[in-house]
Amino acid sequence: MNKGIMIGGIVVAIALLAAFGGVYTVDETEQVVVTQFGKLIGDPKTEPGLKFKIPFIQNANYFPKNLLEWDGDPGQIPTLDKTFIWVDTFARWKIVDPLKFFQTVNNVTGAMGRLDDIIDPAVRNFITSYPLMESVRRTNRELDTFELGLEQEDVQDRRHIGTVKIGREKITKGIMEQAQPKLAEFGIELVDVKIKRINYVEQVQQSVYGRMIAERKQIAEKFRSEGMGEARKIEGEREREMKRITSEAYKTAQEIMGEADATATKTYADSYGLDPDFYSFVKTLEIYRETLDEKSSLVLSTDAEVFKYLKGYTGK
Amino acid sequence: MAWDWDKLKQQDQRSGGGVPPGVEEVLQKFKNVKPGGVWIFVLIVLAIYVGYSAFFTVALDEVGVVQRFGKYVRTVEPGLHLKLPRGIEKITRVKVRFVYKEEFGLRTLEAGVRTRYAAGEAYEDESLMLTGDLNVAVVPWIVQYRVKDPYKFLFKVRDVRNTLRDLSESTMRLVVGDRSINEVISKREEIAVEARTFLQKELDEAETGIQVKTIEMKKTNVPGPVQPSFNEVNQAVQEKERMVYQAREEYNKAIPAAKGNAEKTIKAAEGYGLDRVNRAKGDAARFLAQYKEYARAKDVTRRRLYLEALQDLFPRLGKKYIIDAEQKNLLPLLNLGQEEGGQK
Repeated sequence: MNKGIMIGGIVVAIALLAAFGGVYTVDETEQVVVTQFGKLIGDPKTEPGLKFKIPFIQNANYFPKNLLEWDGDPGQIPTLDKTFIWVDTFARWKIVDPLKFFQTVNNVTGAMGRLDDIIDPAVRNFITSYPLMESVRRTNRELDTFELGLEQEDVQDRRHIGTVKIGREKITKGIMEQAQPKLAEFGIELVDVKIKRINYVEQVQQSVYGRMIAERKQIAEKFRSEGMGEARKIEGEREREMKRITSEAYKTAQEIMGEADATATKTYADSYGLDPDFYSFVKTLEIYRETLDEKSSLVLSTDAEVFKYLKGYTGK
Repeated sequence: MAWDWDKLKQQDQRSGGGVPPGVEEVLQKFKNVKPGGVWIFVLIVLAIYVGYSAFFTVALDEVGVVQRFGKYVRTVEPGLHLKLPRGIEKITRVKVRFVYKEEFGLRTLEAGVRTRYAAGEAYEDESLMLTGDLNVAVVPWIVQYRVKDPYKFLFKVRDVRNTLRDLSESTMRLVVGDRSINEVISKREEIAVEARTFLQKELDEAETGIQVKTIEMKKTNVPGPVQPSFNEVNQAVQEKERMVYQAREEYNKAIPAAKGNAEKTIKAAEGYGLDRVNRAKGDAARFLAQYKEYARAKDVTRRRLYLEALQDLFPRLGKKYIIDAEQKNLLPLLNLGQEEGGQK
């Protein structure tokens, strides 16, 4: 029974303490600053667990201990090369000195206002101090602008892509380094600042689209004219090939025929040459046979060889 | 969610500053009931309270993170577990095996065999980005991740999901910012791999306790107004090929035929040659044969040949006029013009 009373007593004591705010817990994600009538009491409680304070008189003020986010107000910023862009940044920060934090900005909402005041101008400063290229690119990595199927020659230096001296990572680091010291007095540590989005503003975007379209159209035209050129080349080749084939055939044919003619001529000459007179005699008779027919009239004198006997048999 | 600081604060105020209802009842009873019976009653109420809030289960795909008075004490695996009652120990379940998904520049409308996505204008803010050659590209993507370290996931970063989204966007733009528009469109895999590496590094540095499973690039493209001109290039490529093929077709149509024709011409010439030579040989052979005999009896053969020819010829001829050799001036009597094809 005594033991029961003891346990009961402890439970009731704790319950009473809890009831009047003498006990509080600190979560893993929190840190607490205890104040007494607005005055700071003791060190901030950064370790999680069960804590005690004097009820009513002391007050526990909770602050996050984990990584917090700040999202910048996206705004129009001109770059050094006078291009207007939208830049949306975000940053991550944490409260490293809750006392300072409590004294200077009071709470997270208050801190966000200070972050706006400090980071936004830093972003603006850096973006305006460099050409657009520096904020977009990270390295000087060689860009592959190769157009598939297009002969390369002039595509390479189609647009001069400048070299990057700083790069986005260094710019955001610069922004951070500029903002960091100003935030230290609020007990805030800026972990990093990053550019979430970069885009052209509306009008610039339209002209960039226009440029992209023009560039594409020019490439398309190049393809077309290349196709045309190639086709013409093949056409020409075809014509040349045709001429070559026909002329070669003609040449060969003529050679063959000439050779045959020569052989024939030689053959004739060799044989007829034995007796040209006999040849012309035989050939002439052949011609008579072939050319004279019933339509032909023949006037012959009695002197003719065949008729020499018409006048007498002696045949003078 | 447990890592939401505001809620935690409320919760803690409830248990720390407020009055738990159970205790209040006990206090009421304390005044009215006799000693002895009071203690039994208190014990029963306590027992019910402890029993009710001391047991908890952790599902198969989660782990339970236990905090005692806000302080992390242990992580428990799936199953039935015991903890100190509410107000002392608190359990937060974290789905460590579940693969979460974040979408950028698109939203899944309806997941299924054929998943439909909502894309376009509405999410262009997320997907529109500048490329290294200062062009504009539309790059939608998906990040799949799971919780690797529940402790970090719960306690180290206030809004993990938002942090992941912002880091993903910034990382993707960093990667795309170093590539040309052509690469953005054609080398999505490479970009996804690089973005994943960068993103994981950032997430580790921020102690989010998240592991990126994959970054999947959806269809990268140029912005809507520019698309027709990009298609035009594709068309032009097709056109180019078509023109070349057409020319080849013409070539292939004409050349073999021409070759055939050439072959024909040559063959014909060869035919002519053979004909010519053979005829010559034939003629020559005939002549030689005849000549051989003729040489033996020249005179008589001549006569014979002559007369035979006339014999053959005469019957076939039309009108024949035979005129005495002495006769002169006969010609005017003959109207040669009347006869067609008159010949001497």
